[in-house]
Amino acid sequence: MLELQAITAGYDRKAPVVRDVTLSVAPGESVGLLGPSGCGKSTLARVAALLHRPDAGTLLLDGDPVRRWRHRAPCAQRTAIGVVFQQPRLSADPRLRLTDLIAEPLRATGRRDEVRERVAELAPSVGLTPDLLDRRPHEVSDGQLQRACLARALLLRPRWLICDEMTAMLDASTTAALVAAVEEYRSATGAGLLAVGHDQVLLGRWCDRTVSWEKLTSTEAGE
Amino acid sequence: MSRRSTRTVRVRISAALVAATVLAVLLVPPLVQLDQQAVDLSSKLLSPSWSHPFGTDDLGRDLFLRCVYGLRVSLLVGAAAALTATVIGTAIGAIAGALGGRADRALMRLVDTFSSVPHLLLGIFIVAMFRPGVWPVIVSVALTHWLSTARIVRAEVLSLRARPYIDAAISGGASRWRVAVRHLLPAVLPQAALAAVLMVPHAMWHESALSFLGLGLPTHLASLGNLIQGARGSLLAGQWWPTLFPGLFIIVPTLAIAGLAGAWRERINPRRRSELML
Repeated sequence: MLELQAITAGYDRKAPVVRDVTLSVAPGESVGLLGPSGCGKSTLARVAALLHRPDAGTLLLDGDPVRRWRHRAPCAQRTAIGVVFQQPRLSADPRLRLTDLIAEPLRATGRRDEVRERVAELAPSVGLTPDLLDRRPHEVSDGQLQRACLARALLLRPRWLICDEMTAMLDASTTAALVAAVEEYRSATGAGLLAVGHDQVLLGRWCDRTVSWEKLTSTEAGE
Repeated sequence: MSRRSTRTVRVRISAALVAATVLAVLLVPPLVQLDQQAVDLSSKLLSPSWSHPFGTDDLGRDLFLRCVYGLRVSLLVGAAAALTATVIGTAIGAIAGALGGRADRALMRLVDTFSSVPHLLLGIFIVAMFRPGVWPVIVSVALTHWLSTARIVRAEVLSLRARPYIDAAISGGASRWRVAVRHLLPAVLPQAALAAVLMVPHAMWHESALSFLGLGLPTHLASLGNLIQGARGSLLAGQWWPTLFPGLFIIVPTLAIAGLAGAWRERINPRRRSELML
């Protein structure tokens, strides 16, 4: 289980963006989190990905509470969660070729020998052709770059995937291809998914259940 | 169009002058095979002529040779000091930006403390603690000139640190060290290298200033500052060449290096013009 319990988080302690939110994702389940822009759902996604320390509340990862965040979190906990962000341009180091971009997590965790094999295996599954792999981020389109970012997130075979507005910048066919790639990965590995977005139709068709941000915050306030 | 072409001309002239400087410094001493220290009192204070293009000084030494040797020393000291200053500045700026929090505040207060003292005075204070020599001058210039690089690098690292690709790297299991070395440093290196090149002429001026004050390089070493310092007496007696030529040897190469670095700066960062100092 990926459980967010009574999370309060933000960038200023006096004015948290996320107040007392509880949400959980079961293994193999896909949960869509629906909310307008600027409501704090991305912050919640960052907390769930261990990238932002909440001011209050607990995050349970397979029953273990997370005590440390960002680089201080144990590597095994961090890499159990794959993250895809909204803007591929900002999520890709502009100096790395797409191959190196995708392979980065294997190199960072000291598993260089698996790079060639894993990249060759992942690239077709997200729809990247070999000639694209040699290019740098500025030489490919947003959609192609986002495919590489998805491949990077899947590289270490995470048990949880967090897609924060993964398709907001993309056209319909790329969106469909990326969602298909995520679903293919999930059916093969049984990974859980937290998809954050504002597109009700997309999340409704993609996920087992969708939760709306207002409901999430108002029921918590009522309890 | 015409602005563009004047800029191209300026860059070409600068490049030619820098090339000439480097060639002179590398080629003249081995080719000429004359002793720049050779004293010849029978030909002292000769005005410029074909045999002595820059004239001779009060001990009859050929000024052209002295200037080339002086330029060599000044360039070496300037480059070494600029490089050291940039390495210190980049390291401190990167550490402050990457660690953040208390470490950042402490390091930035250190920068403020250093910059609250006029840097020439601080430099004089540092060289005055040692016997005259090449190293004290390099250390003194380096220790007073890492501040702006540290500030620039810190600001750059702070803005990079908040990018999602750093988050993605952390989520992919990268350690703090790996994030710094693989993602942050390569991004700030072009800025740091530019700061280093811009610092070379500045450091040369400081070397000359310190030597002119008699605190820098030992007087037997022909540096441009020493040459001007030694020529003060003859200037009052009406001999202009021992002052003019070393002076030109400071001004022309430093302007040329600064011109090249300025063009480079505009190329890598068209909008930021005034942040790096000359």
